[in-house]
Amino acid sequence: MTEGKASPDTESGPARSMAWGPRLGWDRGALARRTTALPKPVKWTLIGLLVVVLYALPLLELPIISTPDTDFGGVLFTVASYVLVALGLNIVLGYAGLLDLGYVGFYAIGAYTVAVLGSLQAQLSWWLLIPLAVIVTTISGILLGAPTLRVRGDYLAIVTLGFGEIIRLTALNTEWLGAAKGITGVPRPPSVELFDVPHLEWEGATALIDLDDTTSFLSFGVADQAPYYWLTLTVIFLVLGADRMLRLSRIGRGWEATREDEDAAELMGVPTFKFKLLAFACGAFIGGLSGALFASRQGFINPESFLLLLSILFVAAVVVGGAGNRWGVIMGAIVVAYLPERFRGFEEWRLLVFGVALLLLANFRPQGLIPPRRAKRAQAVDEQLDALEEGSARA
Amino acid sequence: MSFLIDNFVELTVTGLVLGAVYGLVALGYTLVYGVLQLINFAHSEVWMFGSFAAVWVTVALGVAPGSALPVVIGVLLLALLAAMTVSGGVALLLERVAYRRLIRLDAPKLVALISAIGASFALAELMGLRDRVAGWFGLRDTLDPYVRSARDNTRFQNPLETEGVFTVGGYTVSNVDIIIIVSAVLMMVALDQFIRRTRTGRGIRAVAQDSEAAALMGVNRNRIIRATFLVGGIMAGAAALLYLMRFGVTRWNAGFLLGVKAFTAAVLGGIGNVRGALLGGFVLGLAENYGSALIGSEWRDVVAFLLLVVILLFRPTGLLGESLGRARA
Amino acid sequence: MPSTSVSEQPVARNGAALLSLDDVSIQFGGLKALDGVSFDVREGEILGLIGPNGAGKTTCFNVMTGVYQPTSGEVRFAGERLGRRKRFAITRLGIARTFQNIRLFGNMTALENVLVGADAHHRTNVVDALFRSPRHRREEREGEETARDVMRFLGLERRADELARNLSYGEQRRLEIARAMATKPRLLCLDEPAAGFNPAEKAQLMDLIRRIRDRGLTVLLIEHDMSLVMGVSDRVAVLEFGRKIAEGVPADVRNDPAVIAAYLGTDVDDEEGDL
Repeated sequence: MTEGKASPDTESGPARSMAWGPRLGWDRGALARRTTALPKPVKWTLIGLLVVVLYALPLLELPIISTPDTDFGGVLFTVASYVLVALGLNIVLGYAGLLDLGYVGFYAIGAYTVAVLGSLQAQLSWWLLIPLAVIVTTISGILLGAPTLRVRGDYLAIVTLGFGEIIRLTALNTEWLGAAKGITGVPRPPSVELFDVPHLEWEGATALIDLDDTTSFLSFGVADQAPYYWLTLTVIFLVLGADRMLRLSRIGRGWEATREDEDAAELMGVPTFKFKLLAFACGAFIGGLSGALFASRQGFINPESFLLLLSILFVAAVVVGGAGNRWGVIMGAIVVAYLPERFRGFEEWRLLVFGVALLLLANFRPQGLIPPRRAKRAQAVDEQLDALEEGSARA
Repeated sequence: MSFLIDNFVELTVTGLVLGAVYGLVALGYTLVYGVLQLINFAHSEVWMFGSFAAVWVTVALGVAPGSALPVVIGVLLLALLAAMTVSGGVALLLERVAYRRLIRLDAPKLVALISAIGASFALAELMGLRDRVAGWFGLRDTLDPYVRSARDNTRFQNPLETEGVFTVGGYTVSNVDIIIIVSAVLMMVALDQFIRRTRTGRGIRAVAQDSEAAALMGVNRNRIIRATFLVGGIMAGAAALLYLMRFGVTRWNAGFLLGVKAFTAAVLGGIGNVRGALLGGFVLGLAENYGSALIGSEWRDVVAFLLLVVILLFRPTGLLGESLGRARA
Repeated sequence: MPSTSVSEQPVARNGAALLSLDDVSIQFGGLKALDGVSFDVREGEILGLIGPNGAGKTTCFNVMTGVYQPTSGEVRFAGERLGRRKRFAITRLGIARTFQNIRLFGNMTALENVLVGADAHHRTNVVDALFRSPRHRREEREGEETARDVMRFLGLERRADELARNLSYGEQRRLEIARAMATKPRLLCLDEPAAGFNPAEKAQLMDLIRRIRDRGLTVLLIEHDMSLVMGVSDRVAVLEFGRKIAEGVPADVRNDPAVIAAYLGTDVDDEEGDL
């Protein structure tokens, strides 16, 4: 065999993605096969049912999952907010393979655009603020990405971390951004009170309709946060739709190829830099959107809401769920966001638990976590060589 | 601008003091990166644990400032020893728990980074939750002086009283200033000699350049990797004590900011380059001081982060170039 | 059929030089990997590039496919200089390649791998994809046609929906070729395509290479197996220590004293066959 192991390290490494095993996540598993095998009408009915249940969640007051102390609608909003962020980060990290440790920066820019232009420096209408926030964030994503994405993987992570912190510190120190005290009076979505929807009340295993406990459709107030949840949930469905459109197209294929083996992808005609920038911009878009919704629900924001910790939690949500797999990522976000709300004492331990989770995951289930670049080591080559040698021996 | 000029000497000396601390911590980053091409994200917690060790030693010994010189020196040396030992220990623990498996499997660097991030947060949180942890073992009360106010600042009582030694350009240079700068330089020289003259040091350089060839030459790669982490940890422990002598306070999450700045210093000097680490530290310390004199002290950290971003984007090889390891395309 | 020209591909007449190296040198630090190398790959031919280990074949290959920039000299493709084009632009120009160590997109299906190649000439952007524009639909359809056609040509159509990493070694090698061919190249560069093949598989490969040429592609081949290279190439170029020491038809090159000396001067058991 003349495989020159000592040959100069050009691009002659093996396809490491193959040595690292199956994609992390649940997508190609049994459940997926069973569901895709169902006849179309059945599938659509099930999906429809699921959608209805999701919207009805704040009304159902289900005993085990409901949070007794806080407004369940608010909890659901927080969870949905995280899910949205995770979906955005999933495009950056999961589809394009870019480790972004500063994702909270986009969240912050979206939130601050709404707050600054809606309350502090101007009083624009909410309908204008959301698209503005998204545009500003996307542009900043492109500006950030253009110089940054040329940088190699682990340095990219640190640079994005740096940017996230620069954004937060700038907000902290700049008067016209509210400085440390933050911005109050952030406009909420406009309310239109059509009718009241009752909640359920459970006695044992029986559900009764409680006409006293109602949510106004559609009133964006302070006490009852269910409408914010509904709004965010709708946005999530739209994003999932767009995500699907992109994935099943040249763009999605290009992302996946870039993630698997960037150099090979480029040699196959994928304009990898442009696609990475595109992923970054899409991620920024979604992050900004989520931040904008967050701000309009809070009514008040300050730099404390956008710590680096949050970036790490977002990354944890995506990684724990399975980067690249949108359902896994949604599960990850739900875990990261929901547990501290449901188990109030958990809040304190959240970071420790997720730190350990990341540590364990990286060490014991790295496959698909972030697919590798081709490597210089010969481990996979050794395996192939063994296989080849067996093949030649047979002949 | 006038503020900068009026206080130039003070800014310069304190900048160098700060830079010395950055440089010593930067060594940990630069050595590990030089040998393994890994960003040891959790090195910040290595430092942090060392700082707590130093604080706890002084608390345990209960020596008041102004005591007799031999006592002071004794306490400081014990604190130094404690800090170095604990930091070195945490570094070895990290190597074992967060990295060893991934190194052996030759995992992609990004996976190692995620492992490091997880470890970093876990370690920091442990320190921040130390009162709870002590409570599990029923030691909450016995260990009270060490574990209380787990989320607040922890003060360091420097047994050495800060005294002015000489005055230059309107600023009185203190004994602590001198000790810090001199110690840092001495340790750097010692480390440099270690790398160049000892067997382990040569092993480190060999593994950094070509670990396969080094293995063929009989170098025990795993042992070298452990030595690398250990040396970096020890330096961080020393940096922890020096930091405490100057700034008098530490915290469960103090590692993060210092760590990022030290990493910046490492890259600035040329990652993998031992001398570059101290040079980078000094440059960063001065830049922070001059920068905040020019645009306001609240922007101090932004200066550091900006420098980090700019260096990584435009001159990732740093001032002295990457040297421990191979040149990267 | 890959010869339906996409507008940006420059045209060269049959038999004329499709790819030419003109006094190309490349230096890595102190090492001169290529030293004044000049030769042509003519349209419609199969050119073999051989030489002992370390001769610079892979480096030469990388220069020809735009992975490396030469420190001096020029590479021209159909008369146009490659220059500082980005690698994906070079692929769009009409040069495609396979890899010495298989570099498929392991977690994508075989079909998806080939589709990525077919996408090389596509222009669908985010807006197109989001709203399923006519361009998107047209390119998806066309891409799938190309992909399936190429996979049929290589005998892989039944494995289309398998994950690339689950294919057999031989299938993976062929998939790499399929993916490269889907980019509609005029020049196909094969980097040690026979590595790990037994003699029967090598014979099939030689036949495949000829069929690829018959489809209208030009083929450049690096191989260590002498009998394969000599058997399938129309012409052969020989490198040693970064210099070209011979060029011509296999019969002539085989008997060239310089070439014989180059090979006898190295460890015989590095090579798989005799001259």
